[in-house]
Amino acid sequence: MFHIYCPHCCEYREEEEFHAAGQSHIARPLDPDACTDKEWGEFMYFRANPRGIHHELWVHAAGCRKYFNITRDTQTYEIKEVYKVGEKPTVVANAIQSK
Amino acid sequence: MSDVTVEAMEGKLVTNQLPTGAIVGESPLHHSDLASIAKKGPQQGGVHFHERKLKGLLTLRCAPSAEQLSLIESLLGVALPMEPLTSVTTDAVSVRWMSPDEWLIIVAGEKAFELETRFQEKLIGHYALVNISGGTTIFDVSGSHVVDMLKKSTPVDLHPSEFPVGKVVSTVFAKSGATICRLADDKFELVVRRSFADYLWLWIQDASREYGLVVKA
Ligand SMILES: [Zn+2]
Repeated sequence: MFHIYCPHCCEYREEEEFHAAGQSHIARPLDPDACTDKEWGEFMYFRANPRGIHHELWVHAAGCRKYFNITRDTQTYEIKEVYKVGEKPTVVANAIQSK
Repeated sequence: MSDVTVEAMEGKLVTNQLPTGAIVGESPLHHSDLASIAKKGPQQGGVHFHERKLKGLLTLRCAPSAEQLSLIESLLGVALPMEPLTSVTTDAVSVRWMSPDEWLIIVAGEKAFELETRFQEKLIGHYALVNISGGTTIFDVSGSHVVDMLKKSTPVDLHPSEFPVGKVVSTVFAKSGATICRLADDKFELVVRRSFADYLWLWIQDASREYGLVVKA
């Protein structure tokens, strides 16, 4: 079982209390009426499926019911970082590769 | 719904959810007749169970400003616990931290409407106060083996170093959910959903069997 740190409850909890809610940082086109079908399609349907560092939205479903971001390595399942919605990740794919 | 009192105040509605007259309020464990079990059942055991029924439970949602904080403190008689997973318990009112902008307020059943009314009169700014009394009930579980019983039911670490008196968590509990608050070293409060109350009562009976279960009226 996984222990996941909730940045709102400020402690580690069992994975059972959480749900993954998909890729983070997907920006909605500011003016949906003015964007192209391709832009709208990318926003609606296309998601990254990286091998390695991935930024995901999770929700503390059984706990405080708040959403937050997790940076996770999809190869090892290792959680690199947890940060709140609106914050920027400090661990990103390029930084890992250059190490 | 002719028994329901509705008071309109500056466009806001507060409804008294308590039945009046001949209607008797029934807890979700009414059918279990816990009062009889408390009299006739075992008087010794490692887990004690008491349904603290028909309490007034209110959910407060608010990102409070300094002014709202002091108004809420004067309305409740206690300050909102702002630190994650903390709570305040007095004889008159209990306040549980639920999330960074949510608190659970527990008062006597007949006090909920009064408190709601005073909130609507006095509290300014953006907030929501919802009476959830009808959807919830409270189990008080205690005894020398209460932690052993809870360990079968929830993955939360209950060791006193991780879960001191006063700590409150919302978590999974026996495939359902519960808000658990430690009231004393060997006493916990479980706030559960009304629709899961019977199932959780059955679960607690089963999980307590090896320690002996005592029902308290
Ligand atoms: Zn949380």
